[in-house]
Amino acid sequence: MLDTPKLPERHYLNNGHGLKSWLLTKDHKRIAIMYLISISAMFLLGGLFAGAVRLELMTPEGDLFLADTYNKMFTMHGVVMVFFFLIPSTPAVLGNFLIPPMIGAKDLAFPRINLLSLYIFWLGAAFFFYALFAGGVDTGWTFYTPFSSFSSNTNVIPTALGAFISGFSSILTGLNFIVTIHRMRAPGLTWFRLPLFVWAHYATSLIQVLGTPVVAITIIMVFVERAFGFGIFDPTRGGDPVLFQHLFWFYSHPAVYIMILPAMGVISEIVSTFSRKTIFGYSFVAFSSLAIAVFGFIVWAHHMFVAGISTYSALVFSFLSFSVAIPSAVKTFNWAATLYKGAISFETPMLYAYGFFGLFLIGGLTGLFLATLGTDIHLHDTYFVVSHFHYIMVGGAIMGYLGGLHFWWPKLVGRMYSEFLSRVSAILVFVGFNLTFFPQFILGYMGMPRRYHAYPDEFQVLNILSSAGAGVLGIGYLLPVIYFLWSLKRGEVAGPNPWGASGLEWQIPSPPPTENFKVQPVVHGEPYEYTPHVAREANLV
Amino acid sequence: MSGHVSPKSLYYSIFGALMVLTAITVFAAYVNLGAMNAPIALAIATFKATLVVLFFMHVRYSSRLTKLVVVTSLFFLAILLGEMMMDYASRGMGVVLPTLQ
Repeated sequence: MLDTPKLPERHYLNNGHGLKSWLLTKDHKRIAIMYLISISAMFLLGGLFAGAVRLELMTPEGDLFLADTYNKMFTMHGVVMVFFFLIPSTPAVLGNFLIPPMIGAKDLAFPRINLLSLYIFWLGAAFFFYALFAGGVDTGWTFYTPFSSFSSNTNVIPTALGAFISGFSSILTGLNFIVTIHRMRAPGLTWFRLPLFVWAHYATSLIQVLGTPVVAITIIMVFVERAFGFGIFDPTRGGDPVLFQHLFWFYSHPAVYIMILPAMGVISEIVSTFSRKTIFGYSFVAFSSLAIAVFGFIVWAHHMFVAGISTYSALVFSFLSFSVAIPSAVKTFNWAATLYKGAISFETPMLYAYGFFGLFLIGGLTGLFLATLGTDIHLHDTYFVVSHFHYIMVGGAIMGYLGGLHFWWPKLVGRMYSEFLSRVSAILVFVGFNLTFFPQFILGYMGMPRRYHAYPDEFQVLNILSSAGAGVLGIGYLLPVIYFLWSLKRGEVAGPNPWGASGLEWQIPSPPPTENFKVQPVVHGEPYEYTPHVAREANLV
Repeated sequence: MSGHVSPKSLYYSIFGALMVLTAITVFAAYVNLGAMNAPIALAIATFKATLVVLFFMHVRYSSRLTKLVVVTSLFFLAILLGEMMMDYASRGMGVVLPTLQ
């Protein structure tokens, strides 16, 4: 047995004290931690709105909120979760923290722009909070016209500007990652030696840079339409409300891949580490990330099959939508093949990865139901859709994010959390999630529409199951807050590489020094080199 | 970044060209060209944007990677416009679907 590891004397957390040293830092690791705190607060807020929605839906009558208030609850749940939690989640926290050490760099290519992106995020959030305290917004997170541009009398403009501004934070993060990955790789770290986490973030960054400007301009169009009566989306003046949906989904469908691709990158790292095997089909997994990023841009109108688009284009979009299933399946099968004959262990990150497999599989396959024209007409705007995208965005993206957070937490803070509590939390999240959302598939199939605060009596049992599941899920999400905070002071010291993982980030102390590497690392080998020797060592620890 | 320095005269002549093209756009707006009204205005605007990108933004003298970035952006713009037009162009085409009674 090795000596008990000790925390390094100097690391990024104690290199400078006081608020100023954080707010003016250029260290990607500190910026990541500030993002972590910011988006965790937003997640809590979004969760409270979700709780309000589920509480209302426990009874068939709309007895807790007025219909208008209910509209605001689900809108603000969506806006907070999409724009202020899911989009930044894995890239801004884990990507920010890990990409430089993973590629052997001291920082991102543009450290000041990295800090700027955080401030822009806060500014966007400030606009949202203004809208919230001024009475909220009720358009749904999609801001569909003509409701958003013409009918709604709530705070559409400040909310939309909040989303617009936070989009620039996303663009800057993506730009930073692209340049960093191109220019700052350590000697010997060729493209095909990069960790798949980095490939996934590269693909994500492409979407952020190429897609976000489109939604930004679209939001500005709603702004000028609403504020100055331009008529771009108004049929009485030659405009077209469906044009908004085209422009909006051109970004917002790929935005789903901004959420899920980094999570897939996390899963590749976890699966390889905890099955002690090199990833199966490295180049296929790497290229499938790029394929998802590109295919993701050509399928958007499957959100609009019943919105009045032409039948011919609906046919083409339906066909194209099926194509996204191919790279997603490539990844899933490769992860399964990685597990095959691996020396699998079930630490918490791996439990999250397993949860991801199951939930992403269901989420992805039900997406095919919705990409099929005929079934979509029945299922559109029902709870089936709500359930489908939660399986992807929560079951996929958040499971990946939490798995990654548990995997790299020892690297972030240098200490371990309670393995028992974290396993309990992973299981609670998985069970609670399914209890919340599986009944919604059935509800949607039975015809319960989205966005109503009241429903017929026969839907009550399934709705109660769903609300109960949300309670379990809530506990599952709160537990990590407790044991992560506990671990900061009392957790066992982790040492540089508690999981016996490969990868450059595990070769530096935990927590890392500000400059990451004392000497410039040189890469000689392939990624994911797990030898029996490493496996034995890991089992000893 | 890349240290290419163009003579000032080039910038002035590009600026002049942009001004002339703007004048043509305004002039064309007063002439009714029928179905060609929008295509001509768009063609002039595209040409002007190309001049700005190539000379004012130095893409003409940049590395192949920068050029690739520009072409990629145009490719994605083409996807946006192309697939959207696929919808608009086929809106009127009648497909007889069975209707529920």
